[in-house]
Amino acid sequence: MTPEPSILSPEERQVFQEDTVLGQHRLQEQFSNLEQQTETALVGMWVFLATEVLFFGTLFISLAVYRWQYNAAFTTASEQLDWMIGGINTVILLTSSLTMVLGVHFARLGWRRPLVWMLVLTALLGCGFMCFKGIEYYKDYVENLIPGWRFVDSEWLERGPGTQEAHGATLTEQDVPHVKMFLFLYWTMTGLHAFHVFIGIVVIAGLAVLAHRGHYSRIYYTPIEVVGLYWHFVDLVWIFLFPMLYLIGLHSASEIRF
Amino acid sequence: MSIATMPAQQPVSPAEETRLTYLNVAYGLKSWLLTKDHKRIGILYLLTITVMFFIGGIAISIVRLNLMTPDGRFIEPDTYNKMFTAHGLIMVFFFLVPSIPATLGNFCLPMMLGAKDLAFPRINLLSWYLFITGCGLMIYSVLAGGVDTGWTLYTPYSSQSSHYNVETTLIGIVAAGFSSIFTGLNFVVTTHKMRAPGLTWWRLPIFVWSTYATSFIFLLAVPVLAMAVILVVIERIVHIGVFDPAYGGDPLLFQHLFWFYSHPAVYIMILPGMGVVSEIIPCFARKQLFGYHFVALSSIAIACFSFIVWAHHMFVAGISLYSALIFSVLSFLVAVPSAIKVFNWTATLYKGSITFEAPMLFALGFVVLFTVGGLTGLFLATLGMDIHLHDTYFIIAHFHFIMVGGAVMAYMGGLHYWWPKITGRMYNDWLSKISALIIFIGFFLTFTPQFVMGYNGATRRYHRYAPEYQVWHVLSTAGASVLGVGYVLPLGYLIWSLRYGQKAGPNPWGATGLEWQTPSPPPPDNFPVTPLVVRGPYEYHLEKSQLDP
Amino acid sequence: MTSHAHSTSIRPYVIVWAILICMTILTAAVSFFELGTTVWHLIIALVIATFKASLVILFFMHAASSSRLTWIVIVCAVFFLGILFLLTLTDYMSRDMIPLMPGH
Repeated sequence: MTPEPSILSPEERQVFQEDTVLGQHRLQEQFSNLEQQTETALVGMWVFLATEVLFFGTLFISLAVYRWQYNAAFTTASEQLDWMIGGINTVILLTSSLTMVLGVHFARLGWRRPLVWMLVLTALLGCGFMCFKGIEYYKDYVENLIPGWRFVDSEWLERGPGTQEAHGATLTEQDVPHVKMFLFLYWTMTGLHAFHVFIGIVVIAGLAVLAHRGHYSRIYYTPIEVVGLYWHFVDLVWIFLFPMLYLIGLHSASEIRF
Repeated sequence: MSIATMPAQQPVSPAEETRLTYLNVAYGLKSWLLTKDHKRIGILYLLTITVMFFIGGIAISIVRLNLMTPDGRFIEPDTYNKMFTAHGLIMVFFFLVPSIPATLGNFCLPMMLGAKDLAFPRINLLSWYLFITGCGLMIYSVLAGGVDTGWTLYTPYSSQSSHYNVETTLIGIVAAGFSSIFTGLNFVVTTHKMRAPGLTWWRLPIFVWSTYATSFIFLLAVPVLAMAVILVVIERIVHIGVFDPAYGGDPLLFQHLFWFYSHPAVYIMILPGMGVVSEIIPCFARKQLFGYHFVALSSIAIACFSFIVWAHHMFVAGISLYSALIFSVLSFLVAVPSAIKVFNWTATLYKGSITFEAPMLFALGFVVLFTVGGLTGLFLATLGMDIHLHDTYFIIAHFHFIMVGGAVMAYMGGLHYWWPKITGRMYNDWLSKISALIIFIGFFLTFTPQFVMGYNGATRRYHRYAPEYQVWHVLSTAGASVLGVGYVLPLGYLIWSLRYGQKAGPNPWGATGLEWQTPSPPPPDNFPVTPLVVRGPYEYHLEKSQLDP
Repeated sequence: MTSHAHSTSIRPYVIVWAILICMTILTAAVSFFELGTTVWHLIIALVIATFKASLVILFFMHAASSSRLTWIVIVCAVFFLGILFLLTLTDYMSRDMIPLMPGH
């Protein structure tokens, strides 16, 4: 599959042809051929992601255990989170997953410029995620949702789980520490996730620069595939984080406001 | 795969003197600290864990001295707590877990696979740097006042009350944990992707199967511990956390997460030892490993089953009775694959032509002591018995039989088995055999009294005890001194052998295995030509027919 | 990985993306309605999230066209996470159960 000529400059075309023919200068000495090296890199990333599943999973089991034990407090606390921003961020990340896989798709075809655009878009969407997260965190600060820093016990005694608010049931004093527990998990889990997003953005931006310089070809685009897997994983974590943190309780249409 | 039985005493040709090896390919600190060679990284690990082993040993020597008298006034109670904590943390995280995998595994695995190096050499180096970061933090925390939580780090004491260097220690453990994760990643991927042509899974040495199973556990269990420990650090800093009862937290949640790793961790510590023993016994019995497929699959079975038994450490902690019953039944299950291995080693010895070089002495000691330790594990898996035996010296004896009588013996055996390959030198035969015997005797004397004590109710982690236990404690401490001598001796003759030991050929033991097909010490890229494998492992019976006219 | 023929069409990816967005809207919408007991919210949320995750894994991460080894890695990760959940929750959920022993 030859690339469209207008995409590559003469120098790029030469590098590209070199890669197409040989690819050997990318080969590390412990491997016997490029295919083995690529497959190894991909398996390596999958295995790393398996460890990350258990790493995040520890936080999820903690959330599960305490949600089981303190359902009312957790539901009420969850309902105070900004599910709209959470939802927007979900859409942003899903879209960034699309742009990332399109980037891999174009890399496989050897189309440099679309590849670079997709990587840039992915990084930008990642930044968008971080911006909305920043806005959300600020809102949480304003709304006293930071136990140990900004938190007002008495506010919670007037709140109850949405399913029971109709019946007038509100939280008691014993529930308030459990609300803090939920919020601690919220901050820890979203914080750890945001850290992973940040690393992803930096690496993807770096890949975009390298791709722009013609570093990759349809023979060798392994780093893009490997980083793509990582980015999709970050999306996967959020796919579970969003409903498990933001959608525990009941929401109403009246909350939709900008 | 030819089986060369070159005798160790060979005149060294001039060509051999100047042959390029991984040791002389480059000199200088930078060539070692920035190496990507798995063999050099294995040696870096070897040096590091040896230092940590002796630090952990000093800590327990202080404990055992304190336990000579019932009133335990040799050191302060707080210091006593810090000493056994340091011993446990250092020995588990900074000696046993990395010992065989990171030293012998790093060195031998690529060669056993016929590969030039691991899949990710730079990540391998990163693993070592993470490891020594952990070691540094651990040593710092010991010197800066120590930690007194016990190696199990239970909350809420570790997360709230202890005012010692818990954070530093925990960060050190996280660093060591990530070191393990990356090592495991490297080993698993390498085993899948970099085997020599013809080396199918059923032709792999058991050491590879065991290392693979160990790596499997690294990958899936360590992240849980890392996160649990990070949560404790966070709780100490911000004073809110998931283990804090004031917020509805359950200290048992920490125990669940801790033991989800730490039970599989004990299999991390024993599986590689089983692999080593499975290499040594066929070699020194000159006989094919009996039931190879069973031994291979039992390694995987042990790794898998190890994940479903963790709460047998929590029988008296407050878990539900139903949960305890489930874990008790599952714990019986995990004994089965281990027993299979013991049967297979024994059957391998039967009608073999057995010689008693040091590696074999260590391997035989392993089989005996591991079996005893393993059987006592069944006592502890029995829910009713564990109620009485938990937190007694019975437990301490049980796990030391497996960890020291098992894992450390296997490590020593492996070190003595592959020493010629690693260094190109042979060590003193008599001294090595005497060391093995001293270690075995010293070990027995140290830990058998502890079974008796524990069964009679002596509680662990107490700096003082009722006078009726004194005779056992004195015997134990005496044994520990003998054991200490046994461990120091190899330090002497092994280091001596580096300079003055007889030069070793490629295969001084006449063993099968690809690693014995290259010169000792190996060249930097292991094999001049990628080997082609046409036979299974342990084909010692073929060698016999080759010798017959 | 590089051996099978590649079409240049991005349509499969866009379709998967569209389904993911719809599922997101659905899971948010479900939280607007009372569903008897709260456990239904949890079950539906988990089912939808698992479905979305499967789509990402199969099509964005190309697991559907990956080697058997990749499948094994995914299955092992999910399985042992499941063990962590199952056996830990078993403890918590059974703590209130009165044991079926003589005298109770």
